[in-house]
Amino acid sequence: MGFLKRARVKSPWILHYCTGGCNGCDIEILACLTPLYDVERFGMLNIGNPKHADVLMITGPVNWKNREVLQRLYAQTPDPKVVIAVGACAATGGVFHNCVNTLGGVDKVIPVDVYVRGCAARPEAIIDGVVLALQKLEEKRSGGVAHAAGAR
Amino acid sequence: MARVTFPFGPQHPVLPEAIQLQLTCEDERVVEVLPVIGYMHRGIEKAAEANLYPNNIFLCERICGICSFIHALCYCELIEGMMRVEVPPRAKYLRVVWSELSRIHSHMLWLGLLADSFGFESLFMQCWRAREIILDTLEMTTGQRVIQSSCVIGGVRRDIDLDMEPGVRRQMAAFQKELKSIYPVFAKDYTVKLRTVGKGVLPRDQAWSLGTVGPTLRGSGWADDARTLGYAVYDDLGFEPVVEIGCDSYARMMVRLREVVQSVELVIKALDQMPEGDLTVTVKSFPEGEGLIRVEQPRGELVEYARGNGTAYLERLKVRTPTFSNIPALLVMLPGCELADVPVITMSIDPCIACTER
Repeated sequence: MGFLKRARVKSPWILHYCTGGCNGCDIEILACLTPLYDVERFGMLNIGNPKHADVLMITGPVNWKNREVLQRLYAQTPDPKVVIAVGACAATGGVFHNCVNTLGGVDKVIPVDVYVRGCAARPEAIIDGVVLALQKLEEKRSGGVAHAAGAR
Repeated sequence: MARVTFPFGPQHPVLPEAIQLQLTCEDERVVEVLPVIGYMHRGIEKAAEANLYPNNIFLCERICGICSFIHALCYCELIEGMMRVEVPPRAKYLRVVWSELSRIHSHMLWLGLLADSFGFESLFMQCWRAREIILDTLEMTTGQRVIQSSCVIGGVRRDIDLDMEPGVRRQMAAFQKELKSIYPVFAKDYTVKLRTVGKGVLPRDQAWSLGTVGPTLRGSGWADDARTLGYAVYDDLGFEPVVEIGCDSYARMMVRLREVVQSVELVIKALDQMPEGDLTVTVKSFPEGEGLIRVEQPRGELVEYARGNGTAYLERLKVRTPTFSNIPALLVMLPGCELADVPVITMSIDPCIACTER
């Protein structure tokens, strides 16, 4: 394993994007970064630029206007990458399943690797999902999974 | 000077949610702002017509996850008003306790994000660390951290019993201790003042004419707070609105900081005065006619309107949220400011886009 590859697995950077949920999961993701849960001990950093990111953390049921933004963010993130759908509405649409302007889940737009349950997802569950995502990232790096689409 | 227009958002590290501000700049100075909304729209109002009316509580809670309890409270009080249900006094006190706890957690979250927006990273961490005490209290009393689901039509679902009450008091004492170390940093620190005093000025008369609500309005010298209307039991607790006259970002920050102190006192007072009794009354009929209610959310006044037709489904549910009224104020605050102050000024109205667009 080259230096660059190892560094990427040991220090994955997270891009967080809300696609129209209720905020509950977003504040729990932020709570993960703060002293009590402190996800930075896994080398993770929340950043704003998709070109620097390895892990995409997506919340919300995705609405029509956000769809294009989400596709663009996914395209801008360099391979290999993993996508985590956080919360019930990111997985299936959840409580917003019958809302007119939602698509009902992140996987309707981009391939998802890890689903985190809960409405709102608890920080423990999010950290669990992130650790699972890291294993997938490592598999992808070593060629175990060819690309993100194969993960579902 | 050439004008440059560039987008701020929808995906931006300082914004937990998606909103776009199209900023037109001359050099480093902002001259025009155009907010573009619609990234968070789900269509909750329409979905509320398709759900059974008690199930709408769960939908209303998820209009916004930060102030979810107050959204549920607002919907329940609205339907109770339409059906002329009298809520037991103990339930009213419990509603006050939980809505004040969610106000504290919302304000602490906001204070942290404000500190982050001007690059004071360690203060951000301290605020969120103190906030965890409140979230623990919420989890202890309701079973969930952010979305409590403890309000039902006709009362509340859970109780703060005698075993739990000393725990809540202990948590509040621990929080007050944390707050004591955070308060002076916001109020007196040189760098905090440098980034907030005189930034994003909203003159007193314009604050009223633009229809702003909540801390944005109270920061400009108006003593306007929906809690003075006396829903739940705020009139028994001797509530007085917090007002600042500075009209700038610093004044709005101080309103929220002082409201945190006040809310802690309200929680303790509500625990002291809480009467014994039932938690719910049985509700049998269906909502009929029209109803309107105003309650105070952490961001300002929340107005809900509903029309029922005597069946289990509502004909119409209309929600007007505080950020919707506060966004026009950004068009007064932002032009003329430095580009580096845009995050601070945008944060100073406490934008909650999930509320605004529903």
